[in-house]
Amino acid sequence: MKAITFALRSFGREIRSGEVIVLLAAVALAVGVLTAVGFLTDRIGKAVARQANEVLAADLRLRSQEPVPESWQDAAAQYNLQTARTQTFPSVVFAGELSALATIKAVSDAYPLRGAVRVSDTLFGEQRTVDNVPPRGEVWADGAFLARVNADVGDTVQLGESELRVSAVLTYRPDQSVGFASLAPSLLVNIADIPATKLIGDGSRVQYALLVAGRDDDVDEFYAAVEDDLPDAIRVSDREDGSERAYRAADRAQRFLSLTAVISVLLSAVAVAMSARRFAHRRMDTVALMKSLGATQGFVITVAIVQLVLLGALGVLIGSAVGYAAEETLAWVLADIIAADLPPVGLMPVVLASGSALVLLVGFALPSLLQLRNTPPLRILRHDMMPPAPSRLLVAGLSVLAVAALLYRAVSDPWMLVILLAGIVVIAAALYVVGRLLVASMGRFRSGVGVAWRYGLANVARRGRASAIQVVAFGLGLTMLLLLTIVRTDLLQGWSKTLDEDAPNHFMINIQPHELDSVGGIFEAAGIERPEFVPMVRARMSTINGEDVKTRSYPDPGGEWMANREANLSFAANLSSTNEVIDGEWWPPDYDGPPLVSVEEEAALETGIGIGDKLVFKVAGQDIELTIASIRRVNWDSFQPNFFMVLSPGALDNMPTTYISALKLPQEQKSVLVSLVRKHPSISVIDIDAILQQVRGIIDKASLAVQAVFVFTLAAGIAVLFAAVQATIDERRFESAMLRALGAPRRTVFAGVMTEFGALGLAAGVLASAGASILAAIVAVQLFELPYSFNPWLWVSGIAAGVVLVCASGFVAARGAVNSPPVDVLRAA
Amino acid sequence: MNNDLRNGATVLAALGISKEVSSPEGPLTILSDVTFSIQSGESVAVVGPSGAGKSTLLALLAGLDLPTSGHVELNGHNLGKLDEDGRARVRAESVGFVFQSFHLVPSLNALENIMLPLELAGAGDPRAASLAIIEQVGLSERFKHYPAQLSGGEKQRVAIARAFALEPAVLFADEPTGNLDSRTGSNIMKLMFELNQESSTTLVLVTHDLSLAERCDRVLTLEGGRLVSDSKAGS
Ligand SMILES: Nc1ncnc2c1ncn2[C@@H]1O[C@H](COP(=O)(O)OP(=O)(O)OP(=O)(O)O)[C@@H](O)[C@H]1O
Ligand SMILES: [Mg+2]
Repeated sequence: MKAITFALRSFGREIRSGEVIVLLAAVALAVGVLTAVGFLTDRIGKAVARQANEVLAADLRLRSQEPVPESWQDAAAQYNLQTARTQTFPSVVFAGELSALATIKAVSDAYPLRGAVRVSDTLFGEQRTVDNVPPRGEVWADGAFLARVNADVGDTVQLGESELRVSAVLTYRPDQSVGFASLAPSLLVNIADIPATKLIGDGSRVQYALLVAGRDDDVDEFYAAVEDDLPDAIRVSDREDGSERAYRAADRAQRFLSLTAVISVLLSAVAVAMSARRFAHRRMDTVALMKSLGATQGFVITVAIVQLVLLGALGVLIGSAVGYAAEETLAWVLADIIAADLPPVGLMPVVLASGSALVLLVGFALPSLLQLRNTPPLRILRHDMMPPAPSRLLVAGLSVLAVAALLYRAVSDPWMLVILLAGIVVIAAALYVVGRLLVASMGRFRSGVGVAWRYGLANVARRGRASAIQVVAFGLGLTMLLLLTIVRTDLLQGWSKTLDEDAPNHFMINIQPHELDSVGGIFEAAGIERPEFVPMVRARMSTINGEDVKTRSYPDPGGEWMANREANLSFAANLSSTNEVIDGEWWPPDYDGPPLVSVEEEAALETGIGIGDKLVFKVAGQDIELTIASIRRVNWDSFQPNFFMVLSPGALDNMPTTYISALKLPQEQKSVLVSLVRKHPSISVIDIDAILQQVRGIIDKASLAVQAVFVFTLAAGIAVLFAAVQATIDERRFESAMLRALGAPRRTVFAGVMTEFGALGLAAGVLASAGASILAAIVAVQLFELPYSFNPWLWVSGIAAGVVLVCASGFVAARGAVNSPPVDVLRAA
Repeated sequence: MNNDLRNGATVLAALGISKEVSSPEGPLTILSDVTFSIQSGESVAVVGPSGAGKSTLLALLAGLDLPTSGHVELNGHNLGKLDEDGRARVRAESVGFVFQSFHLVPSLNALENIMLPLELAGAGDPRAASLAIIEQVGLSERFKHYPAQLSGGEKQRVAIARAFALEPAVLFADEPTGNLDSRTGSNIMKLMFELNQESSTTLVLVTHDLSLAERCDRVLTLEGGRLVSDSKAGS
């Protein structure tokens, strides 16, 4: 009780005297960063995910071969969710004399719940977004359909027993599939028109779907509530089943954001630990004095804990204020990409921030403060008496627990968490060991040039353990920042290829060999470069090295699927520019030996095949034996036609071949497609402009998010450096005053301090470069599935950043110490 | 003397205390077999050349450290039988300190420094009591000042006020004038003796200054860690 009142009373004094400011700042910063980064990852993650949800046109889709019972729609309404119904079925549609098989998509008024439908008024004309569905009696048909039946906007088509007027060209609906599977052209009609067509009866192949969307929590709650009651016949899809590419970008962005959150947690933890060390160190004399005046250990500890709690509370208060301010600012800046109907932030971040602050303080500040309890009272007479260092087990145990608690939110996969923690422990331990070695070896260079140099290096060596701890803190901070920089650069670079304005926006498929010249001619006549045609042959794999593909075992289920499905083979003399051979060799352009094949990297990995293995494919009833000559890495984000299996020229001669082509057509040249589909109605032209825009939208948002969060984390990293420098500034203050009192000019003292920081920064930079190289390799490959390449610039920039950043923060912190008149320092206490 | 009249009870006793520390050259004996006892109200000076073990003895007497052998009795407590917290409680109850290098808390102002032991002991109104004693040491004008803003003599006055604030049974002073010029030093000593008289505290004073030692009731002389003489002043 006595201790508590004392603690409360003296806390005010400590605040006034500035003793606790650095620790308080570290806590507040940690809370602020955690709140803001948490907010950003959460909000932006959701925004990106929502964009990805477009591929379902909803957040959740319940699909069935039977009509989805009304009761589910009612259930969704109870959770404040929007719903829409769709029916999808194939039907032959007539237009005058001509007819074509088309996919009919009948939709109710609210469709689509996510994303928007786009139409144009003429074939390949300017697109516009609409927010309604076709009115009754009308139909929106896509260009491929209109071309096949030689119809145009304004014409009437016959759907079952109904006559419907084509009122627009359907150019995009969010849930159209991108793959080559849905070749049939499609028609969008009002669901209310369907009964009159009499098309739906017994035995008709209709896919019924109930689309659901709303606030994330509501969707989750609804799904959790109905999940178990749903009959087997109803299949539920969420976005993860949706568009592969869009999802991948969103997923990587999410992972990056999580990684950043993890890193900001670690950086804040280091900052708190460093400032707590300093705080404890500064209080040691006072504690010794209080003990000589009769304070018990319990008293010292209670005071420390009460002050810690007060500090935590104050830190949370300031930190949440900072965090909220940052949130508001960012929300304003990022208004475009943060959907307005996302749940408001509320008090949750404050609760989380308080929890985080508590965990940070307990895990990283408590050990230093507990150590204070053991300060020998004899220190009052013999100033060099120190409390025994806190037990390493306690320090390590508490900090690992604290990090685990903090990371669980960001990672939530226990196995991943264990790996991460183990990684962090190994890195910190390695940094410490190497740091000590580096520090010890620095002593050797002492006899170098000048007094400043000697004084600086002597300091590093003398403070062996403390210097090593500083190197660890600097090194850890730098490692994290370097890692983040590398991953960010790789990520953005990978995306920028997709964002490339020259990416093709149309695919032509199903081109017969005899049509190549005519198709090429149509483009040339319109003044467009003749597109490149890529051959494609349908085949099925039958054996791998003589083993039947059906009975063989595979390292990955994906491999089994790959080997057993119908495959598209291609052949080429030259390697495509979006491919790269990573193993084996590409054949010479004039190769005409026994058939060879080049296999895509991941397919080879999952199927468990490599250079020299023999594959047999059945093509049009004939067996072709192929030897694997090379493994290729494919940039799937390039939107160019690419294949898992590319064969050597001549291997597929005389096999039934069709061609596909990708081309970039600006809006004003799209009219050429009208004559193309009129002349070659069997060729399907797929306009992926809209899909590209969708993917670009996701990537734009994701990139922005990545940048914004990166800036925040950078701030936290720099704070760590400052905290680490501050931790030793008192001692330096005294030393420099003494040296100056002894007659050393300020410049010399300053040069000495800078030598010391330079040496520490150099050591930290070396360590961080090594750490970041290793981590980046792991993270890039494991977490982001990005190729990793060693980058020597990393070392240059890592070391430079180490020296520059540490010296800069040292400069700022030491300037005051060096410039204050020595008498002020020597007079104190 | 009048102190002797008041009582003769033993307030502090050293019984065969020795202190060994380990050094690079093996164990080093810095105090060996020191025995004496001090009556309540006595003022005792401890003198001896530098390195004789005076500060070490003081630390042992105040329970800041434990002897390697022998034991110390302070105000009825055998310090060797108490743990660190127990010794701290004894100090809170009955010990005051004045140090050569004043040891004020830099973050607290003069008044707050004086309040510190009162607060630690949970005394009734620490502020009022401190204001009273700061007046006695003649610093009422400067009680809001921080240590860095005070001169050495002023700092030592604050330290003395702090030591007397709780009216301790025993006051330990380790060269309280060592950092001060002789004039300030004698003013400080005058103050200390005055307060000592008023509050009838037992005083244990480590000093180099023989004239100062002579003003005490008793002088203990240490040399090389041994007690070589124990004489009544004036004898
Ligand atoms: N913990 C220790 N480790 C090693 N040597 C010590 C330790 N404590 C004291 N000594 C040594 O014991 C001797 C006595 O020290 P002490 O501080 O008691 O001397 P002192 O009489 O107070 O001297 P001064 O008048 O200079 O203050 C000194 O030689 C000192 O170096
Ligand atoms: Mg001494």
